Amino acid sequence: MATDLFYKTIAELGCLLETKAISSAELTQAVIARTKAVDGKIKAFNSFDEADALAQAGASDRRRAAGDARGILDGIPIGLKDVISAAGQPLTASSRMLANFVSPYDATVTARLKGAGAVIWGRLNCDEFAMGSSTENSAFGPTANPWDFSRVPGGSSGGSSAALAAGEAIATLGSDTGGSIRQPAALCGVLGLKPTYGLVSRYGLIAFASSLDQIGPLTRTAEDAAIMLGAIAGHDPLDSTSFKTDLPDYRAEATTRRGPWRLGIPKEYFGAGLDPEVNAAVEQAIAFYRGHGCEIKEVSLPHTQYCLDTYYIIATAEASSNLARYDGIRYGHRSKDATDALDIYFKSRAEGFGAEVKRRIILGTYVLSSGYYDAFYLRAQKVRTLIRQDFLNAYKEVDALLTPTSPMPAFKIGEKSDPLALYLCDIYTIGVNLAGLPALSVPCGFTGGGLPIGLQLIGRPFDEANLLAMAHTYEQAHGWSRRCPVL
Amino acid sequence: MNYEAVIGLEVHVQVKTNSKVFTRVAAGYGQPPNTLTDPVVLALPGTLPVMNKAALDAIIKAGLMLGCEIAPVCKWDRKNYFYPDSPKNYQISQYDQPICVGGSVEIELPGAARNVMGEHRRVPLARIHLEEDVGKLNHFATESLVDYNRAGTPLMEIVSDPAMHSAEEAYAYLTSLRATMIYGGISDCDMEKGQLRCDANISIRPVGETKLGTKVELKNLNSISFVRDGIAHEIKRQVAVLERGGALVQETRDYDGQAGTSQSLRSKEMAHDYRYFPDPDLMPVKVDDAWKSRIKGECPELPFAKQRRFFETYQLPYTLTSVLVWDRELADYFESAVKIVGTGKAQAVGNWIVNDLLRELGQAHVGVTETKVSPAHLAELVELIDAGAILSSGAKEIFIEMFATSDAPSAIADRKGLRAAATDSGELEQWCRDAIAANAKAVAEFKAGKDSAINALKGPVMKASKGKADPKLVDATLRRLLAS
Repeated sequence: MATDLFYKTIAELGCLLETKAISSAELTQAVIARTKAVDGKIKAFNSFDEADALAQAGASDRRRAAGDARGILDGIPIGLKDVISAAGQPLTASSRMLANFVSPYDATVTARLKGAGAVIWGRLNCDEFAMGSSTENSAFGPTANPWDFSRVPGGSSGGSSAALAAGEAIATLGSDTGGSIRQPAALCGVLGLKPTYGLVSRYGLIAFASSLDQIGPLTRTAEDAAIMLGAIAGHDPLDSTSFKTDLPDYRAEATTRRGPWRLGIPKEYFGAGLDPEVNAAVEQAIAFYRGHGCEIKEVSLPHTQYCLDTYYIIATAEASSNLARYDGIRYGHRSKDATDALDIYFKSRAEGFGAEVKRRIILGTYVLSSGYYDAFYLRAQKVRTLIRQDFLNAYKEVDALLTPTSPMPAFKIGEKSDPLALYLCDIYTIGVNLAGLPALSVPCGFTGGGLPIGLQLIGRPFDEANLLAMAHTYEQAHGWSRRCPVL
Repeated sequence: MNYEAVIGLEVHVQVKTNSKVFTRVAAGYGQPPNTLTDPVVLALPGTLPVMNKAALDAIIKAGLMLGCEIAPVCKWDRKNYFYPDSPKNYQISQYDQPICVGGSVEIELPGAARNVMGEHRRVPLARIHLEEDVGKLNHFATESLVDYNRAGTPLMEIVSDPAMHSAEEAYAYLTSLRATMIYGGISDCDMEKGQLRCDANISIRPVGETKLGTKVELKNLNSISFVRDGIAHEIKRQVAVLERGGALVQETRDYDGQAGTSQSLRSKEMAHDYRYFPDPDLMPVKVDDAWKSRIKGECPELPFAKQRRFFETYQLPYTLTSVLVWDRELADYFESAVKIVGTGKAQAVGNWIVNDLLRELGQAHVGVTETKVSPAHLAELVELIDAGAILSSGAKEIFIEMFATSDAPSAIADRKGLRAAATDSGELEQWCRDAIAANAKAVAEFKAGKDSAINALKGPVMKASKGKADPKLVDATLRRLLAS
């Protein structure tokens, strides 16, 4: 299978394009054909614009013919989660609220990918407004896991991980607020990187929780993730929270650094609720790093038990305010039955938002209310500081932390009907967002039933280069990343 | 019972910046609806605010001019409420850490008469913070339309302590505050364009009571005189309610300036819960000493300080200063001219400006910066008159010509034959001697103490000069000769 163009890596395809062994039009055609062939089963896409993609591919080929190719990404089809804006394309957040919305502008990441010559390809399904861990909360229906169509691909970036695993894109972008890149990457057997908060511009990303959201790549390999990160990272004057910092050559660093590293195993991440097969796979990964010469050390993140509560206070508070703009006045769904301004709000929002989004808006409104702010929001912010300090303390002794990405492999669609059970999918990933740290999930094995398992590496702020090098080192010794599902 | 009113004002002032406060699109007034917008102003999905540094500079300047403490960090909060004029359904504002704290506005209460300076006092400020303006709703028979041109314009909210006690005091406060903002170039403060808007918090209490009474917020005071009238009306209304044994309720009332009436908008129970929290999209901005001292260097002298200096330096009467100092350009114009003629002739310069220049400017509907009369030409005119080189009777005519043509007064005097004759030659003195010699009776009367007798001597001199002698010079020459 790996001989198919649509299953190759950016690094491989970049060579083929550069040597003109293939054209971007051929590659894009292959990806389009693959999508048409399999997406009826996967449903990773909310929409795609074939003509637009082929036009971009044609432009790429003309640049290359003229000797003006822009680098390794020139001509590579890359899918975007449907919360990331591309000018002239739908931007739905998988919500009825924005079902007919077309964005007039490019997100900064989109503009940067276009600047690098990439072919922007398709709008990928997700949980509505990125709220969820299974992509079941999409207003347009769930996405199936390519490894088992009866199972979820994870979420909220489930379309991004499933499309990649199914060969419907060469790489994709997702967004990660509490694990929404890493968990679906783990559940679909691909690599997902959540960069340090502030490394990648959020301009053009539909906000869920502003202080936690971060855009990142989903790719087949660490090297590809490094290529993608190099294209999208860096200060953006349109995002005040984006950081001014010098960037390394991620690809060069990821493929040349060999450690050994000092790796910490946070004991709180291996407790009750962890699937034994996941645990075993992660233990084997730990053994690999030890064999590679890494010093392995148990560490403690004592405030881990407060992560979930802290996260659901801060994330919902911000979401309640961020989603206030979807009111049916200027754009988006407006109820046909509304009679006045107040009625437009009530009915449009009642009709436009799904149950999980409403649940979080109500929760967030509550925790910010007069009389409750100090007890909830303010206290959560203080705990957040303690959670970050836990990580920074650990980094006095180790270079990175090693944990499972998800406590369990992909579960059945419809299996977790209790919202709280779904919230527990994120217990290993949300601390990273609260602390603003970089982390990635790299495939580290399969269950007996053939479901992928992900290993999470959590790094120091802005230490993506080391995380990618650790993942690359692991990939070089294992074949997990080359496996493809049978569709 | 005698009641005392307690008044605090919340004044919103639009900051004059090129672009809006959190995005690059132009700020402005009078453009076609929804043309001053971009994805950020319209709160399209995915957009983010980025602070306009010029707006922060302006509010720091306002704060420094009013003697506020400037917070070391500028922090932003979201004020959450739904309204169609607010694109995000939250307003970016400053809640618990306003950028400016304390300070005061110096005011002048009405004097005993127009030409008598009134009592000065300082109205303490609680805070000044920066936020974004909202759009504008236009209501029609069956629909309402929103214009977001105004949305995102930087807006300062200046909150006074509840420290004023009369409508006149509130009026004086607003007048002084407005002048200060215009002086600093912070805003044009045109109330018709909504660049300055005022809400008043009013309560009354028995004289001698220290506890505040029930507060009523009065909105829609959209001209400075409506502020005065609205507050006076509200104080009367509150006194009337208490006097007939009623109780006041905490509420927001809408004042109709045309009708001179107010009606309740909402009571305290209907008050919003704004769910303030720090805006996670905007980083706090450090304001260090270097920043503050740079802005400090740009702060102009305030009107009342200028007035005190004009008293001391130029010995100007109150009536002149009270016109000159409230217009920064006019005061600058005055000082440019005085610089040429010297402080001794400052009052003459001031008189020309206040009496003649302002009249002509008013009739021509132009500002002082646009006048064709340069300070140097006005200075020349004053010097010509002082030297007796032109007829004082012709000076007004010369000035009007200067205003119309921008020519120098000396050139106009030559052209119109308005130069005083015999100023330097001995001619005038000779005519005076002749007049004294020929009118012994008048001379005797004058020397006996009848001052007006001198007028009998002037006629023959004027006649001898064919009307071209300067009356002032004639008077001075006659007195000199009579005294010797």
